[in-house]
Amino acid sequence: MSPADLPGLNIADLQALLRRREVSPRDVLEALRARIEEIDPKIDAYLSLDFEAALKEAEKVDVNLPLGGVPIAIKDIINVAGQPCTCGSKILANYRAMYDATVIRKLRAAGAIPFGKTNMDEFAMGSSTENSSVKPTRNPWDLSRVPGGSSGGSAAAVAADAAFGALGTDTGGSIRQPAAVSGVVGVKPTYGRVSRFGVTAFASSLDQVGPLAKTVRDAGLIMGAIAGHDPLDSTSLNEPVPNYPASLNGDLAAGRVRVAAATGLRGVRLGLPKEYMIEGIDSQVKSAIDAAVQHFISLGAEVIDLTLPHTEYGIAVYYFLATAEASANLARFDGVRYGYRAENPRDILDHYGRTRGDGFGPEVKRRIILGTYVLSSGYYDAYYLRAQKVRELIRQDFATAFEKVDAIVSPTSPVPAFKLGERTADPLQMYLADIFTVPGNLAGICGISLPCGFAKIDPPEDGFAVANSVQLPIGLQLLGKALDEARIFQIARAYEQSTDWHKAKPSL
Amino acid sequence: MAEPSQIDVGYVAKLARLNLSDEETSLFQKQLGDVLKYAEKLREVDVSHVEATAHAIPVFNIFREDQPGDCFTAEEALSNAPRKANNLFIVTKVVE
Repeated sequence: MSPADLPGLNIADLQALLRRREVSPRDVLEALRARIEEIDPKIDAYLSLDFEAALKEAEKVDVNLPLGGVPIAIKDIINVAGQPCTCGSKILANYRAMYDATVIRKLRAAGAIPFGKTNMDEFAMGSSTENSSVKPTRNPWDLSRVPGGSSGGSAAAVAADAAFGALGTDTGGSIRQPAAVSGVVGVKPTYGRVSRFGVTAFASSLDQVGPLAKTVRDAGLIMGAIAGHDPLDSTSLNEPVPNYPASLNGDLAAGRVRVAAATGLRGVRLGLPKEYMIEGIDSQVKSAIDAAVQHFISLGAEVIDLTLPHTEYGIAVYYFLATAEASANLARFDGVRYGYRAENPRDILDHYGRTRGDGFGPEVKRRIILGTYVLSSGYYDAYYLRAQKVRELIRQDFATAFEKVDAIVSPTSPVPAFKLGERTADPLQMYLADIFTVPGNLAGICGISLPCGFAKIDPPEDGFAVANSVQLPIGLQLLGKALDEARIFQIARAYEQSTDWHKAKPSL
Repeated sequence: MAEPSQIDVGYVAKLARLNLSDEETSLFQKQLGDVLKYAEKLREVDVSHVEATAHAIPVFNIFREDQPGDCFTAEEALSNAPRKANNLFIVTKVVE
């Protein structure tokens, strides 16, 4: 195989070559570097690269480890010792991480090699990666469109074969939504399944780290490496972690039903919530989901209509709780211990006000204001406490649903990738991009997005720059109950292995 | 629930120690007014018999042994400080 073909491989196929010693970890890194140098000027997925450090690790790595010799891209909100960790923000433009986040320590122990940090909406606040203080990332399927967000750099890099796999974070959909609109697989683990230690906090009761990958099996490989209890994160769950990759080979009978991947879904019950086929959903997205449901039935699954009655309140609940938590978490950026500091402050209030006013971008400021407001005296009960109570009703909706079904099927995003600039002026429209993903974070359950079709967009009449109609990926979301990642992996794998959507690549 | 129009962005920005330009203040006043208006739908929900959720999967009483361990050196802890001297952070004066 020529080096130029290596970046197009998925992790499982790459590992086969590494383990047969047909390529070395150094060859893989060099091939990936060449691909990034060629493609990243078009998509702007990366904020920083350090191949020198990566090549040193490649010299001593054991390719027989679960991810031995596999380079993994890291969202720039996760601390990698010695590397920048800007969170896409001017306030951390010069920050260098002093230590590895637990997920990085675990990835290294599994033989993976971090080599670069990916672009993101500032502090993970956004659904388009346009809120990065450095540059927007572009969707590899159509460079005039966003890759989703906030983990848009990770999604675009994987979609463009500029990464074999990546880590992202998901607070309200920030892994699943960019995975969907960029045409890759993305997983939001159960809250507490993966350690948050060393991951800069946005909304601590919602944030989770998870993988973005080219296939369900690759996502399972990365999940297997990063999941598990961490004494350094007291919200991490002390529960055994199933062998996800083995279960995706069909070796493991997990849970109540045995699912032999790619051979059938007999006995699996899937729920179709009526609230998820709302007005405003793109007609091609709806058709793709309808077709996916028929496909699940043809694989032997039983599809049951169900109701999640509090779905419509998800976004409102989320924007009160997430901003409240963010306003507290971002109080640490005070220009004293790290980060940007305003020059020549008059006094301490001037120091704080200008440091934060100059250092944060518009969306972060908006959310700090909203979060401070909903926590302020006189409004706490009306906004914050009421939102926490409605959150409990949303959680109960899912608990009731999972008594009847093994997983819930929905679109990941109501629309395919939108154009750069299309939604920046209207924050509420941007927030509604997360309408199907936010409830999963509020309930703390797990979810996966995987490719399930394409929307065809005709070129504009006067569009001389666009020769042909473009194809935009559509994502299918499967939500599973808490700690049931193995099951949604198996259902997703059965769908993926009997369809061809995941094999399509953007022409760049 | 309070009226959305009651948010005073200029005042809340002071509470948050966040300087805003006049343009930002008026833009956010409008945009956050829209968000709060949208969120008024939470008023419809009967929450009179609901306990608030703090965490999706509750975990209680996480303790560890109180033992000394490795930690950053002063030099490491100061490595990202915008201003430092003599192994200390330099802060802006807080008392008159």
